[in-house]
Amino acid sequence: MTEGTRQYRSWGRPDAALSRAFRPRWRDFELPGDEGRVLPFGNGRSYGDSCLNPGGSVIDMRGLDRFISFDTETGVLACEAGVLLDEILRVIVPRGWFLPVTPGTRFVTLGGAIANDVHGKNHHLAGSFGHHLRRFELLRSDGTRRICSADENADWFAATIGGLGLTGLITWAEIALKPVHGPAIETEVEQFTDLDRFLELSDAAHDDFEYTAAWIDSTRPDPGDMRGLFFRGNHAPAGTPAPAAPRPLPGPPFTPPFSMVPSLVVRPFNFLTYAKPRAPRGIAHYEPFFYPLDRVANWNRLFGRRGFFQHQSVVPRAVAREAVGALIGKVAGTNSGSTLSVLKVFGDATPRGLLSFPRPGVTLALDIPDRGARSLELMADLDRVVMEAGGAIYPAKDARMDPAVFRQGFPRWQEFETYRDPGFSSGFWRRVMEENL
Amino acid sequence: MTNVLIVGAASAIAEATARLFAEEGCRLFLVGRRAERLAVLCDDLKSRGAEQTASHELDMNDFEGHEAMLAAAENSIGPIDIAYIAHGTLPDQKACQDDVDLTLQEFRTNALSTIALLTRLANDFERRRTGTIAVITSVAGDRGRESNYVYGAAKAAVDSYLEGMRQRLHKSGVRVVTIKPGFVDTPMTAAFDKGLLWAKPDAVAQRIHRAITKGGDVIYVPAFWRLIMLVIRSIPRRIFKAIKL
Ligand SMILES: Cc1cc2nc3c(=O)[nH]c(=O)nc-3n(C[C@H](O)[C@H](O)[C@H](O)COP(=O)(O)OP(=O)(O)OC[C@H]3O[C@@H](n4cnc5c(N)ncnc54)[C@H](O)[C@@H]3O)c2cc1C
Ligand SMILES: NC(=O)c1ccc[n+]([C@@H]2O[C@H](COP(=O)([O-])OP(=O)(O)OC[C@H]3O[C@@H](n4cnc5c(N)ncnc54)[C@H](OP(=O)(O)O)[C@@H]3O)[C@@H](O)[C@H]2O)c1
Repeated sequence: MTEGTRQYRSWGRPDAALSRAFRPRWRDFELPGDEGRVLPFGNGRSYGDSCLNPGGSVIDMRGLDRFISFDTETGVLACEAGVLLDEILRVIVPRGWFLPVTPGTRFVTLGGAIANDVHGKNHHLAGSFGHHLRRFELLRSDGTRRICSADENADWFAATIGGLGLTGLITWAEIALKPVHGPAIETEVEQFTDLDRFLELSDAAHDDFEYTAAWIDSTRPDPGDMRGLFFRGNHAPAGTPAPAAPRPLPGPPFTPPFSMVPSLVVRPFNFLTYAKPRAPRGIAHYEPFFYPLDRVANWNRLFGRRGFFQHQSVVPRAVAREAVGALIGKVAGTNSGSTLSVLKVFGDATPRGLLSFPRPGVTLALDIPDRGARSLELMADLDRVVMEAGGAIYPAKDARMDPAVFRQGFPRWQEFETYRDPGFSSGFWRRVMEENL
Repeated sequence: MTNVLIVGAASAIAEATARLFAEEGCRLFLVGRRAERLAVLCDDLKSRGAEQTASHELDMNDFEGHEAMLAAAENSIGPIDIAYIAHGTLPDQKACQDDVDLTLQEFRTNALSTIALLTRLANDFERRRTGTIAVITSVAGDRGRESNYVYGAAKAAVDSYLEGMRQRLHKSGVRVVTIKPGFVDTPMTAAFDKGLLWAKPDAVAQRIHRAITKGGDVIYVPAFWRLIMLVIRSIPRRIFKAIKL
């Protein structure tokens, strides 16, 4: 099971973390003891350091990627935690089932989806991944194995959903799938030029569209003069033929020394995305609808050796117009601009995890090329807006937030600490627990 | 419906290949040393689409057990269309040099157990005049090297056996596929540092599956190993004996 020392990378950051690697292939394995520094690693699709453990040990979960049971009548699916959502889709869609919640990439593991309590375009109706989790097994560094569900070990269940891999290792999990008629999605798109209009469109779509999200041009500072595209969709009814999934495009085979996304292209890219002619409605295969970025392998390398940051926040609905307006204003005011900016209204579901990120409000995700101190200052500025609004920053996408920002956004962190496995830790956790308040 | 017998089914390469058979809806009979692991694999392959899965616990060095295993396979999934033999160990060359028993034990696992099974399979397939027998050997069998010639010799024995068997069974329409992997990242090689020459089991399995279902006599996986081994085999012996490989 030991694999020596290996380099691990997250999705956004170029620097590798050196960790002792363990790759179990069978569920009955034992955790290595490593002085309180063990961390499960899924597929490294987190952007920052929450999946990294420099100097410690990493349990590489991709060796545990088996299906355990799939009831095609009830849609209950149990898998080992290292299975990718991509592999799950390949098995379930042809049999009339779909993921109850999916993030914007299908190359994440089941365990990673739980540990960040991931959300998708259906949060307003379906809540987050944790809401569809029936149970899982939690392996702790003391060798105990607990089955956790809403009824059994419910406190461990809540701590582990969104628990950033720190409460122990999820060996397998059971989820409830949703029935669909096939791979086709009915889609609609509408332009908007005003933040209020975005909120109106979201409200109007709330009951009738399972999936909603918007793309906005982050180079325009005025919330009353924006450019945005509102996407909404539903699984298509029976008998709707789905177009074929588009062919994958080759990505960069290695990381170029310089960014291929210089600030010069941000503005035209945003303009073209907005202005590109699009049919107001259509039928799409689920892949381009949910996972447009997955088409290009290793697209993150386009940002060059310096890499990039993501800044994803959520702010309460009542202050969303001002706060989101201020965030976009600040990004537009720098020429660091964000290439891809996504807005979505979250639903009112009560989060299941102690540290779940998704909560009622409006979420904005920005990607920010790493231009050194300027980028860090910009993001600290964005954090201030989010904190004033009473919001939170998403740990899965973070590589730099201040400990105070984390603690304010996740007020149950102390309660969470009592469930953290004393044998587990991560780069992220050591950073946000630093006593620099 | 294709009936596939997989020996050494818990091997990482065999498992990755079994998934491709499962997706095609084959019936699978898995043979390995540990029943509980085979059960884990059966559940997985069933979910992935296998029409039927069954398993049989057997240490392949128990030659007496081969016949009963083959009978159990036929009983449970029917006559075998594809026999895929993947089990093996990577001997500690240094330890073997000081230990005759260990050397013979490794030879037993990597050569004799396979040859014993092939003897039975060849007759069975020849009688039924159909099917494919595929065996994983190794690039290591292409030329003995100081660093692992116990392993290399065992794999070479199987290579030669298969070469002859292929001629014999060709007349009966039975295909024999020799599979020679290079470096593959599996539990067998967990302790090695991995560089550019290393392949993942998934990629290797795709090529193996294609050779078994579509055609090929002796395949190298990944394919570039054919070239590497051509070079290694063509090094003149007076030079070869003086270098470290
Ligand atoms: C293009 C792209 C789009 C994205 N879109 C979204 C989105 O729409 N919504 C969203 O919520 N997120 C989104 N994300 C983020 C991504 O979904 C999460 O970071 C996810 O958790 C990554 O899963 P992973 O398997 O790669 O895990 P990793 O990133 O490797 O690890 C994530 C965390 O899970 C823990 N972990 C992994 N396996 C286990 C286990 N078996 N037991 C316990 N803990 C474990 C790790 O310790 C770590 O804390 C996106 C990411 C990308 C790259
Ligand atoms: N990995 C490489 O780089 C490489 C290169 C060339 C060739 N190969 C060959 O590829 C094949 C598959 O190996 P792998 O890389 O997938 O390694 P692996 O995962 O370690 O698989 C080897 C399997 O063989 C089984 N086995 C060993 N002795 C056995 C016995 N006496 N009876 C029954 N089963 C036995 C093991 O069973 P247990 O699970 O019970 O231990 C294990 O499942 C082997 O023949 C190997 O020689 C591998």
